[in-house]
Amino acid sequence: MSAFAPPDLSQWSCPLPLRDYPTIVMGHGGGGKLSAELIEHIFVPAFRNSALEVMADSSVLPVPTGRIAFSTDTYVVRPLFFPGGSIADLAVNGTVNDLAMSGATPMYLSAGFILEEGFPIAQLAAIAERMGAAARTAGVQIVTGDTKVVEKGRGDGCYINTAGIGIVPDDIHIGPTLARPGDIVLLSGTIGDHGMAIMSVREGLAFETILKSDSAALQGMVASLLEFAPHVHVLRDPTRGGLATSLNEIAAQSNVGILIEERSLPILPDVQSACDLLGMDPVYIANEGKLVAIVDPCVADDVLRAMQQDKHGGRAAIIGSVTSKHPGMLAAITAIGGTRIIPLEIGEQIPRIC
Amino acid sequence: MKYLDEFRDGELAQKLAREIRQTATRQWSLMEVCGGQTHSIVRNGIDQLLDGAVEMIHGPGCPVCVTPLELIDKALAIAAQPGVIFCSFGDMLRVPGSRMDLFRIKADGADIRVVYSPLDALKIARENPERQVVFFGIGFETTAPANAMAVHQAKLQGIANFSMLVSHVLVPPAIEAILNSSTCRVQAFLAAGHVCSVMGYWQYYPLVERYKVPIVITGFEPLDLLEGIRRTVHLLEAGTPQVDNAYQRAVCFEGNQPAQKLLSEVFEVTDRGWRGIGVIPRSGWRLSQPYRDFDAELRFDVSGITAEESPLCHSGEVLQGNLKPNECPSFGSACTPRRPLGATMVSSEGACAAYYNYGRFVAVESVH
Repeated sequence: MSAFAPPDLSQWSCPLPLRDYPTIVMGHGGGGKLSAELIEHIFVPAFRNSALEVMADSSVLPVPTGRIAFSTDTYVVRPLFFPGGSIADLAVNGTVNDLAMSGATPMYLSAGFILEEGFPIAQLAAIAERMGAAARTAGVQIVTGDTKVVEKGRGDGCYINTAGIGIVPDDIHIGPTLARPGDIVLLSGTIGDHGMAIMSVREGLAFETILKSDSAALQGMVASLLEFAPHVHVLRDPTRGGLATSLNEIAAQSNVGILIEERSLPILPDVQSACDLLGMDPVYIANEGKLVAIVDPCVADDVLRAMQQDKHGGRAAIIGSVTSKHPGMLAAITAIGGTRIIPLEIGEQIPRIC
Repeated sequence: MKYLDEFRDGELAQKLAREIRQTATRQWSLMEVCGGQTHSIVRNGIDQLLDGAVEMIHGPGCPVCVTPLELIDKALAIAAQPGVIFCSFGDMLRVPGSRMDLFRIKADGADIRVVYSPLDALKIARENPERQVVFFGIGFETTAPANAMAVHQAKLQGIANFSMLVSHVLVPPAIEAILNSSTCRVQAFLAAGHVCSVMGYWQYYPLVERYKVPIVITGFEPLDLLEGIRRTVHLLEAGTPQVDNAYQRAVCFEGNQPAQKLLSEVFEVTDRGWRGIGVIPRSGWRLSQPYRDFDAELRFDVSGITAEESPLCHSGEVLQGNLKPNECPSFGSACTPRRPLGATMVSSEGACAAYYNYGRFVAVESVH
């Protein structure tokens, strides 16, 4: 058995002006000198870009021609650091992916922090550094931000909101209403990795190996799939609620049926075992670095190859097809050849009794 | 994956299903007792593969489903008391009481924690000596050893702020109650492998002797289930009712003897009410006299609580195999997982939940 250890930040050297306060105090959110020091010594060095360094009330940004994609998401994950990533990776990659799923090239992010009084500055610095690194990897800039502090006991350490802007080229039309009967459904890799990684750390479940989150920015993969536009009809990142929720939503929005083959779903053996142990179904478990593509059959094999050539798509697979039967519903051919409907879950999946 | 993938092999499954269909000269009615098996059957579509040869009747083996409404109301009353930490398996949280469920009172501020083992609840009690920590100890013989161990350890270590709300139920008396029912259509039983891994299967011989029905110990994976069904159909066709063990990799005749010894020390047999079914004599366990101090029902004054079931809920009929979930007039209309009338619609082992979640509200033909 092995256990996940959060990063050791004891060797972190606090920038001089911040040393009076090794933890967040209410004044860090007050807009005065303490706030300014936090920005100057933590956020600006971590996010470094010319738009941010102007330090105006808003950032004024150059954009290429096209339509603007705009998305926001708030990250409240616990624990903040987990195997395979951290809240920082999710905050950047999550919003980048939401933009990319519209066929946009992600460009700029905002970052809003809600910090709890007493939160260690070392952890905040580690989060900011990781956000900066994730943004550079995804090719986006964090150009504006905000920090608020809430009293001890009124937050959970650190919450982050990011909003993002991307540009959709004029000739790209991708959206959840565009799936058509006959289309092929592709998945870019294994499902359930993120959710089960979080659950194993959060609930203190020790498995024989450490399950790792798949958090990753997919704008590179999406760019390679856009080569096949206009035959790429729908892109979706199956985050909360997992693959089942994404495909149900597409089926409803496009008013088509979707049929998948359970046998073709890529699932890591450790994730499958953990799910079996807890009575959960991997199709409902969250992913943070996967996408579903629904494409015209004429490009299905090419799209599959493009996915597999991307560093985040090694285990991409064709998992099913779109049909005019059972509109609005997701169905599956089970591993042994039966059929089942995969509906939306009411709430969260909860572990079973035995 | 060892012991997993090899029991989900699609080709072998088709082969077994073919043999079962060829062996059956008529349609046989088999009851799988365990709710975990019900879910596996419906999730994988095993019943569809056997259509015409075998009708699967779903049994009462969902511990969450058979826990009496009254006891859920008692749990809610205890959990809402200030200073109490109420620990439960996640399954119980959505089960409706008369007016509320545990999720709702958690949202209202009650300290309710989902644990994966009763020993985790004991740990919480050790770490919070000033709080009363209560574990909702429900289940069949499968979960009983861990629950017994928690109470045993609490007594041994003198953890006085720990108690257990116990509602344990037993499989053999339930099988007997079904066989004694005038409406019983069950011709053979698949006994639950997990229960037998604890209790062995010596208990089933008197039942086979008396009622002349085959009882086959069966596992949970698709191939386990098909093998159990295959053996059962052969016994039925041959007219030779017997106990057979189709789950040898986990179950032996005498079962887990240290566990049984602990169970007989910590628990004693008692009459139990089964939700939707009624009282079955000597069908459950309660804490034995030496452990009675850890009984939450006595520690918290909840004895006055009584409850009445919704007349719209037919879960009792479903649990006894007299009604298929989708034959219930409330199924999918007055009763859904969002607004359940009974526990069978929300428990992960409930038959109604299986039918709802795996889409048995649309004709299968329209899917393919």
